[in-house]
Amino acid sequence: MHHTTLLQVDGLSRFYGPLQAVKNISFEVRQGEVLGFLGPNGAGKTTTMQMLTGNLAPSQGRINVAGHDLLDDPRAAKAAIGYLPEQPPVYRDLTVDEYLDYCAALNRIERGKRRAARAAAKDKCGLNDVGRRLIGNLSKGYQQRVGIAQAIIHLPPVIILDEPTAGLDPIQIREIRHLVRELGKEHSVILSTHILTEVQTVCSHVQIINKGELVLNVSSDDLAQRMQSSVLTLQFRNTPDLAAIASVTGVKNVETVEGGGLRVYHEPASDPTDALVKCSVERNWGLAALIPQRASLEDIFLELTKGDATHGVAAAPHATGSGEQA
Amino acid sequence: MIFTIARNELRRLFLSPLAWIILAVVEFILAWMFLQHLEGFLTIQSQLLGMNSEYGVTEVVASPLFGNAAIVLLLVVPLVSMRLVTEERRNKTLALLYSAPLSMTEIVLGKYLGLYTFLLIQLLLIALMPLSLLAGGGLDLGLLASGLLGLALLLGGFAAVGLFMSTLTQHQTVSAVSTFGMLLFFWLLDWARTGTGGGVLPYLSLLNHTEPFLKGLFDTRDLAYHLLFIATFLALSVRRLDMDRLGG
Repeated sequence: MHHTTLLQVDGLSRFYGPLQAVKNISFEVRQGEVLGFLGPNGAGKTTTMQMLTGNLAPSQGRINVAGHDLLDDPRAAKAAIGYLPEQPPVYRDLTVDEYLDYCAALNRIERGKRRAARAAAKDKCGLNDVGRRLIGNLSKGYQQRVGIAQAIIHLPPVIILDEPTAGLDPIQIREIRHLVRELGKEHSVILSTHILTEVQTVCSHVQIINKGELVLNVSSDDLAQRMQSSVLTLQFRNTPDLAAIASVTGVKNVETVEGGGLRVYHEPASDPTDALVKCSVERNWGLAALIPQRASLEDIFLELTKGDATHGVAAAPHATGSGEQA
Repeated sequence: MIFTIARNELRRLFLSPLAWIILAVVEFILAWMFLQHLEGFLTIQSQLLGMNSEYGVTEVVASPLFGNAAIVLLLVVPLVSMRLVTEERRNKTLALLYSAPLSMTEIVLGKYLGLYTFLLIQLLLIALMPLSLLAGGGLDLGLLASGLLGLALLLGGFAAVGLFMSTLTQHQTVSAVSTFGMLLFFWLLDWARTGTGGGVLPYLSLLNHTEPFLKGLFDTRDLAYHLLFIATFLALSVRRLDMDRLGG
């Protein structure tokens, strides 16, 4: 997994007047990664993406795309990026072919290679049947695909898609996700979304952004592990000593559940199951049930975006902002 | 790269009926005026010959026609220029240009050139009318060329103002009205001959720097005025688009 780093973001901030929309975000994307960018509406996803693509100047911070600094050498950096904004930037009065030819020319593809580039992009996005149709007459799903075709026509190392599945029907969503997975094999893809299942099905890495801050940055595998094992539900026949449980290594918090039983929150890295069982046997609490609770991504998301980090499923170790690199 | 944007701009202009309608209506109106001037010339032709006057058909027909064309185009340019950036801003297609490997200057020059090419096509159609007189007699080609150059420069200024105004707003009507207002204002600055602004303001008037061309007088100061006028509004447009990235 030691691929080259294609996108490096360092201390990125953006102010809108006194309002800080993005706060000191740093992360990296390597070749072959699909990064899911999650966050509630207004969290700063679009602002971040606009900065990554040169549509918006950052107030602070550096962005490096495939070895080119976006501010010092914008032309080379932008050539390495394909961007699909929230609303596909299509000219409704052009046909798909005309439009893609124009995009190819804008991205400085040589005249002789434009036709091939257009054909390849259409092929990937399933647009072969609509080349001669006016974009304005296409359905939303097809317009979205034209937008994606525009973003990949110059085969950029980094592809940035802002809510690529917004407003599509379930079949189209599945097709777009498939396309994103395919693209992720050769390019680095960053996609923003607020659909949680999308991240689980498509992405290899997940970032959660809330109120302009990066609150989580992990690989999907880590996330899956975290979801499996950060809460245990315990039931005892006798009354256990809460303080003793809380002092077991790895346990972060204990709370009683209505109807008897305890919920134990623990660090995802250190599973206290063994220690708890041992404790129960030694002190004769009469362990009746021990159920590892699988937290859904939704739980993690809600915990992190609630801004309540004291008893979170995964909040505490990552609430500081820059996050860890997986 | 500039030409790529210009070509796309021109193509999309001609995809809408607006461009064709404008070409047709302007041509029709000016053809009507042209015929009136021609009729006038035919009635006084014998007198001019009798007086041994230096005035010929070019002075009597072509120059006034170009003068009329300047006013008609002042009304029409805002209608063509209003959609340039405004529409893209509204449809959120500017992101395509901003994220492509292009500089702001290239984007602005491309847009400008697209609009200017359209206006030159219009000018060519207008020029064909006096040129058709070559079929029946001689013309003062020097005067004709000077008049056309003057109109071309004037249209360059119109287009630059139109482009700048279209970068300011999301509403096409706002863009059109403010372009029209701005152009008319620059035209009418000439009226401030008397009073406090007597010296400077008329000097800034578009009218005063275009009329000499129509009279056949080529002055590099007028040329410089037009080029500076165009460059100023193009630079302002570049700055305005840069503000999109920098500002809130």
